[in-house]
Amino acid sequence: MESLKLRAEHLEVLIHAIRADGYQLYGPLLDNGAITYGEIGTASDLPQGWTDEQEGGQYRLKRRADKAYFGYAVGPHSWKQYLQLPRRPVWKASNSGGDLQILEIEEAPVKLAFLGVRSCELHGIAIQDRVFSQGNYSNESYTRRRAELFTIALECTTAADTCFCMSMNTGPYVRLPSDLILTEVVNSDTHFLLIRSGSPEGEAILKQLPTEIATKTDLKQAIEAVDQTAQKMRSGPRNFDSSDLKELLYRNYDSPIWDKVAERCLSCANCTMACPTCFCSTVEDSTDLTGTKAERWERWDSCFTADLSHLSGGPVRADTRTQYRQWMTHKLATWYDQFDSSGCVGCGRCITWCPVGIDITEEVQNIRAQEKP
Amino acid sequence: MVSDQRSLASDRALPKLAVWKFTSCDGCQLSLLDCEDELLLLAGQLDIAYFLEASSQVKEGPYDISLVEGSITTPADAQRILDVRRQSQVLISIGACATAGGIQALRNFADIQAFTRAVYAHPEYIATLKESTPISAHVTVDFELQGCPINKHQLIEVISAFLHQRPPQVANHSVCIECKLRGNVCVWVAHGTPCMGPVTHAGCGAICPSYNRGCYACYGPKENSNTGSLCHWWAENLHVENTLIIENLRNFNPLAPAFKQESEGRADGDSD
Repeated sequence: MESLKLRAEHLEVLIHAIRADGYQLYGPLLDNGAITYGEIGTASDLPQGWTDEQEGGQYRLKRRADKAYFGYAVGPHSWKQYLQLPRRPVWKASNSGGDLQILEIEEAPVKLAFLGVRSCELHGIAIQDRVFSQGNYSNESYTRRRAELFTIALECTTAADTCFCMSMNTGPYVRLPSDLILTEVVNSDTHFLLIRSGSPEGEAILKQLPTEIATKTDLKQAIEAVDQTAQKMRSGPRNFDSSDLKELLYRNYDSPIWDKVAERCLSCANCTMACPTCFCSTVEDSTDLTGTKAERWERWDSCFTADLSHLSGGPVRADTRTQYRQWMTHKLATWYDQFDSSGCVGCGRCITWCPVGIDITEEVQNIRAQEKP
Repeated sequence: MVSDQRSLASDRALPKLAVWKFTSCDGCQLSLLDCEDELLLLAGQLDIAYFLEASSQVKEGPYDISLVEGSITTPADAQRILDVRRQSQVLISIGACATAGGIQALRNFADIQAFTRAVYAHPEYIATLKESTPISAHVTVDFELQGCPINKHQLIEVISAFLHQRPPQVANHSVCIECKLRGNVCVWVAHGTPCMGPVTHAGCGAICPSYNRGCYACYGPKENSNTGSLCHWWAENLHVENTLIIENLRNFNPLAPAFKQESEGRADGDSD
């Protein structure tokens, strides 16, 4: 089969075709000093010509020398905000003279499409699928929003210094199913998107686009663009061997490293909010002043709050040391027992968006080093 | 459906509410009057028996719920709060003054006599205590609602909770969680703006970061507030001067232990 490419100026046609198919399209845009996700109406909404520089506790937008549409790494938002809503009403109840009525809140069906989903993010969605749709704790809201999701994935050609998907085997090459898959190539001579479909729905969209047959040179350039991302991560400081993480963390439940991290950790929960797989939520029940109306809301919660582990008699994890240990051990070790995979996709958001730059890859090395006699 | 036997007001007159003022600016009590949409509903559920800010008509105690605003700064106040406690079934302290001493607790870090000498022609007439202290330093407090001023929705939530004998939905976590729920870009990480959000108690809905400025901790410390680590990063990575760090710790809640300890350490030159 021949490979196809879409010239950069025809990205607009792709956006239009998806929206014309009834999808709410979300993708990258510039927002207040970062590249976040939001609703996309036209190609001019995209952060063309922008990139980012990331380190522990620091994120800065930068101008690129070229006009790349997807020349940035992952930002503060993740796609989970559209699938596992940050806040949502679950039910409302009223009690009028002993007549108790409970009204379940079911939102109208929605067709979501995500533009620019990186391989690490496809893995993130797949992990949340296992949590919310395939296990014992299904979340109907998530499953409904996920059902008709259309993804336009992106072979990753820009990694931040905080990225470590190579270590977690989650990128930069797109290996998981996606409706469409793009590879952006931009240089002084050319600007195009290599495009392929991965589903009948994707194929139907692809057929509407003014694509051209990609040349051997086009293909070579596309492969090189992703290869250099892989090379950057492979030679970066955050590259590490993750094959023994589960055993390592199980062995180090009482490591002194946890005390060291707790001295720095603010238990502010930013890592868990930014993480594309962290799925904890709580329900808030409240009544009105009259006591005749009640509501239950679901909202994101975090293992960095004492409330999350509050059982009869008090919180199981009241202090920062046990909260950080729980987060990291769950993410990298106990997740395997619970969901048969790691809970980490190597996107680096927890490193960048930690206000004090705590680095999960560095803590792995610290625990490993501490173990050695 | 079985009716709830625990309800405060099921078999007698409406529960009586009292609102007390100590040393404060009145902003927190005004939050109650500011509950425009809920005020009539509130008046239907509670007998507003003592609330001088709203009415000079007062009813005798005892009271079912007392809201206490302000800190204790005079010998007379120190006596009066004991009387308020005796008359109150439930005592809820509201606001930064009542829960952590308020701005006036800056006196605790200085010489109060120097202040009275500088301000008053006859300082000998001034009967004031050396320190401004929170209500909990004097009497048992059933619930503390933090904030400068408090959030009116949280106030209604707390009153509703006590009326219907359920736990108040007032989360002890950071402002950061509220920011992230709103989808805000972090002003600290993305702009380099010093922000107290990571150590500050939620409740405001992350107002300041939503308008691109750093949180200045008017809600006081959250649970497990690691001010030492935050201040270290401010100094080393955001290049904030020690004086400004101390000011941020002492803005509104200077006596909250997590803020007090760090600010005193920094004032003594023990900066890290």
